[in-house]
Amino acid sequence: MTIVLEAKNITKQFPGVLANDNVDFDLRQGEIHAMLGENGAGKTTLMNIIYGLYRPDAGQVSVDGQPIVIHSPKDSIQHGIGMVHQHFMLIPVFSVAENIMLGDETTRYGALDRKTVAQRVRELSHQYGLDVDPHALVGQLPVGLQQRVEIIKTLYRDAKILILDEPTAVLTPQEAEDLFRIMRELTEKGVSIIFITHKLKEVLAVADRITVMRAGKVVGTVKPKETSEKKLAALMVGREVILKVEKGRAKPGAEVLKVDGLKVHDKRGLESVSGVSFSVRAGEVLGIAGVQGNGQTELVEALTGLTHSPGGQVWFAGSDVTNRMPRTITETGMAHIPEDRLRHGLVLSYAVADNMVLNTYYLPPFGVGGILQPKAIDANARKLVQEFDVRTPSPYVPTSKLSGGNQQKVIVARELSREVKLLIANQPTRGLDVGSIEYIHKEIVAMRDRGLGVLLVSAELDEIMALSDRIAVMYRGQIVTIAEAGKVTREQLGLWMAGAHPEGLSHPHT
Amino acid sequence: MDWRRFGFIALIIAILFSVVVLIGKAQISPLIIITSMMATTIAVATPLTLGALSGLYCERAGVVNIGIEGMMLAAAFFGWLAAIYMNTIFLFAPMPSLIVGVIAAILTGGLFALLHAALSVTFKVDQIIGGTVINILAVGITGFLNRQLFFEKGSIFGGNVPHAPGVLPRIDIPILADIPVIGRIFDQQPITWAAILLVFVTHIVLFYTRWGLRTRAVGEHPRAADTVGINVFYMRYANVIIGGMMAGLGGAYFTLESVPSFEPLMTNGRGFIALAAMIFGNWTPFGAWAAALVFGAAQALQINMQFFREAIPPQLAILQISYVVGLTPYILTMLILTGIIGKNIPPAADGQPYEK
Amino acid sequence: MQSSEERFSNPILGLLRAAANALLVPLLAVLTAMIIGGIVIALAKGDPFYAYVGLFQGAFGSPKALSETAVWATPYIFAGLAVALAFKGGLFNIGAEGQLAFGAVMAAWIGYALPGVLGIDLPAIIHIPLAVGLGALTGALWAAIPGFLKAYTGGHEVINTIMMNYIALNLTSFLLNAPMKDPNPDNVIARTPLIAESARMPIIFEGFRLHWGFLLALGVAFLIWLLLWKTTMGYEIRTVGANPDAAKYAGINVKRTIVLTMALSGLLAGLAGAIEVTGLNYRHELGFSIGYGFDAIAIALLGKTHPAGVVLAAILFAAMRNGATRMQFLTQIPVDVISVIQALILLFVAADAIIRYIYRIRAREERVVLTRGWGG
Repeated sequence: MTIVLEAKNITKQFPGVLANDNVDFDLRQGEIHAMLGENGAGKTTLMNIIYGLYRPDAGQVSVDGQPIVIHSPKDSIQHGIGMVHQHFMLIPVFSVAENIMLGDETTRYGALDRKTVAQRVRELSHQYGLDVDPHALVGQLPVGLQQRVEIIKTLYRDAKILILDEPTAVLTPQEAEDLFRIMRELTEKGVSIIFITHKLKEVLAVADRITVMRAGKVVGTVKPKETSEKKLAALMVGREVILKVEKGRAKPGAEVLKVDGLKVHDKRGLESVSGVSFSVRAGEVLGIAGVQGNGQTELVEALTGLTHSPGGQVWFAGSDVTNRMPRTITETGMAHIPEDRLRHGLVLSYAVADNMVLNTYYLPPFGVGGILQPKAIDANARKLVQEFDVRTPSPYVPTSKLSGGNQQKVIVARELSREVKLLIANQPTRGLDVGSIEYIHKEIVAMRDRGLGVLLVSAELDEIMALSDRIAVMYRGQIVTIAEAGKVTREQLGLWMAGAHPEGLSHPHT
Repeated sequence: MDWRRFGFIALIIAILFSVVVLIGKAQISPLIIITSMMATTIAVATPLTLGALSGLYCERAGVVNIGIEGMMLAAAFFGWLAAIYMNTIFLFAPMPSLIVGVIAAILTGGLFALLHAALSVTFKVDQIIGGTVINILAVGITGFLNRQLFFEKGSIFGGNVPHAPGVLPRIDIPILADIPVIGRIFDQQPITWAAILLVFVTHIVLFYTRWGLRTRAVGEHPRAADTVGINVFYMRYANVIIGGMMAGLGGAYFTLESVPSFEPLMTNGRGFIALAAMIFGNWTPFGAWAAALVFGAAQALQINMQFFREAIPPQLAILQISYVVGLTPYILTMLILTGIIGKNIPPAADGQPYEK
Repeated sequence: MQSSEERFSNPILGLLRAAANALLVPLLAVLTAMIIGGIVIALAKGDPFYAYVGLFQGAFGSPKALSETAVWATPYIFAGLAVALAFKGGLFNIGAEGQLAFGAVMAAWIGYALPGVLGIDLPAIIHIPLAVGLGALTGALWAAIPGFLKAYTGGHEVINTIMMNYIALNLTSFLLNAPMKDPNPDNVIARTPLIAESARMPIIFEGFRLHWGFLLALGVAFLIWLLLWKTTMGYEIRTVGANPDAAKYAGINVKRTIVLTMALSGLLAGLAGAIEVTGLNYRHELGFSIGYGFDAIAIALLGKTHPAGVVLAAILFAAMRNGATRMQFLTQIPVDVISVIQALILLFVAADAIIRYIYRIRAREERVVLTRGWGG
């Protein structure tokens, strides 16, 4: 098989990180070559170099055996390289056709020729089985379709080499299957694909070859038949990884959180949570599974007081906390690890010590009579840094200087060091390295065993299945069902996440 | 632009017009008053329209520009200065002098915009602070040069301000301007006509051309634009400079079209009001023009009321105080920004520097 | 990275190093602006060296010059603190000018009219604080309006404070031309009558104009520092300024904090106006307040929005304004050149990347978010 793309000795230095360290990589005609690695291993950096978004400090990229010079995506597009980014590069207020033609516009008498472009988009849709309406506004399409628009965008530019960066992160297991079918169809028609992911199961299911990266280096290239999940994980992390979270049976106690018919609107004023009911008991983990954007964000915001809810009730620790101020709810004993830690959870310019009192700064011993008590804040920070193993040179370093995992530990430390009855953890391990993920998983189980109720929201099905005692599935603002964790399969959950109606299971109740 | 906004705009203009008509109708026929109000409204809306278009090019490309006020002030000064130089030193006839003045004003706007682009695109300075720098710089430079060139002994004009070559002549639209009474509306000066023309041109450029598609892409999601090979920096620089030239033309209105003289601080907040017009117009050219006309009408009210000061009935005595009538555009701006007439949605990447 | 640990191990050395780091870029910005200003002066056929000597003499060359510089600095400190405090709370207060004007108008009215209205003579110990306090309060209320609009309607404070400057200018023009105009038949200027003796702040040294307002300004700067870094209210203001979403998550009442921050900012600007009236001019005149708003922004930015920095920057700006007269006397360069230099200082401070580029200094600190877009 001929090699269509080759990257040799690629090195890229960012301030403080060697993102790519002498990396070699090649892609053969018509194969799916998976690129596996942890967050921050350097996969995306390498792809951005191949695609022309970054310039390498050293190294050479060749296409069809010819060394090429890439200054910008324009050059890589010219050489037949297309990339679907993890965060879609689509403009929500533009139509599908406008998004696809952007940068490669067809004009007639100086004006945009939307008609011709739409026609061409329809042709491509048919040819590759990617049905999409060229006149629809991209912002109004579901993510699965947006991804198709991204793929068509590359095909429109005659891409022969397709880079897919974490394409399954936003899909249900069934949608992911569908994507894999499309990928195979594309390779049959001569397209070669680089598939970037950190999910072991997917790699084994779809790839022809697997290259593993760790800390900026390529640590090996293997064939799926010659390896296993366990081996890949060890290669990826550099040590044996326990894929299963150790936990005993839950000993659920009294109800700490009870939600009844809760409704929430999103920022645009549309109903995104339509009357959900459930409860969380002390000493159990209730996992909320679901593809991103099915109302989980708004649900958590309403529970924690960040958003107003127009209907329904929330009972927490015996009192009605519906539409109470965040401070009241926090003081009642709720801990919250927010979904977007940089936006909600931390003030990045503040020292670690200041972030560790973000919601207790006004309470003794940190604030007495309106005056901050630096000694108490300092003692608290030193204690938590040690207890929660936060890797920081000092408690007075701006939090922005910490790694993602350590930033998350600052939040976990702050939230769990208070006297709390319930922990709401929303996507607690998103974007973290395996070490931090293991740590946070252990903490969550420890909290449960200490008698806290835990509400875990995650788009990672594996995480939900590993930690939860009961699993609720959210789809389009509703809880489709709540099931005992041991009694459902991955496939079953995947179907519910895609909106299939549960049969043989009782309707959602408390 | 939605119909609610246009309805609101029509309502405000109607109210402003009726106030003048009701007070003045005993002296002059309502038709003449309305004609005069309309003609004045269109004329005084000119710098606002151009300022709003200036903001539109910048912000559609993702650069907030609160330096329009300063760009207009500097352009007003340098345009005027160029015209005087041509007229008195190089002895050009008035008309060519004025044309050179307009060109100089446009270039001044472009030059200040280049500085703003460098600050916000290359140096990634907080864009609102960058705009404030432009404003303060314009006040400083025009104030200093105005004094240095005209009021100091031994200066080039010997300590007195020479006569400017007048203002740009009116151009009337052939048939429409011949209509009795209301024909006056179609008899305006060239920068006014240019502003109206540019509203249409901007609409076409933004929504029907490759340039416009790319400009909007850069303002909505610069990274997405970058990934398809569009040079974000170039697009932002170019649009900010185009915007600056619009502001420059708007500045020329003050000293080459409205009055033949310059005064320090003479733009008097018009650049900021233009920005409010752009926001109220929801970042669309026609919307911005409509909003500019509202502010124009408020100013026309103030101008036309002077003729009828004696006729103001005692229960409306407050309108006799010109300072109070003069507040209308400012209060209107604040009212509109509250969003009571509909939420304003800026381009998604407006104000954010692009980090590669 | 070691610096923060060091600060604890050797506080004095650490503090000195921190101060040197903080001052480096602003000082180079001033230097660069002065060099360009020198070129401008040379182009205007003046001798830049002679001009700057004149500037320095005029600002610091005699006890009187020093006193006058401090007199100039007083309103600059207050107004600069006003803008700096707002920046700390994530708000851009361009409206210091209007707030200052209303503070001055109110202080003047208390000063010349209140005894007559009440029909009693007020002792100085009551009259002065009353004039200053109510003047400051007027500034606070005027600034609270855009704060309220920002918090509850999303109306952007940048445009609203600018609009309110024009409204203030119109309203004070009306007041000073009509109801509050000095009734003296010889007077043609839009100004109030002189305030009563009992409302005048005492001077510090006989024969100089320097008044107690200057010391008050230094005291207030210290208080603002305490407020921002030593109190829970300051923590709230800074948190709302640095990350309003996190502030909401932390249980801080973001809307109330925004209104409060603007009111405090307006209070400081109002103080600037009230103290100019009670300590220096003894009346308010239209035009006294013009230009302070922009100067205050430049001072706040040059002072890196830190109270100590604001005091230094205010003194620098005051020295330039004060020394400019002597400079003009010596070189015939109009005082307006100072505005150009100050604008350039602001340019280089705002775009410190330019300064870092020219002098090859590497960035040490995080980019601080000062303002936010129109989104609402």
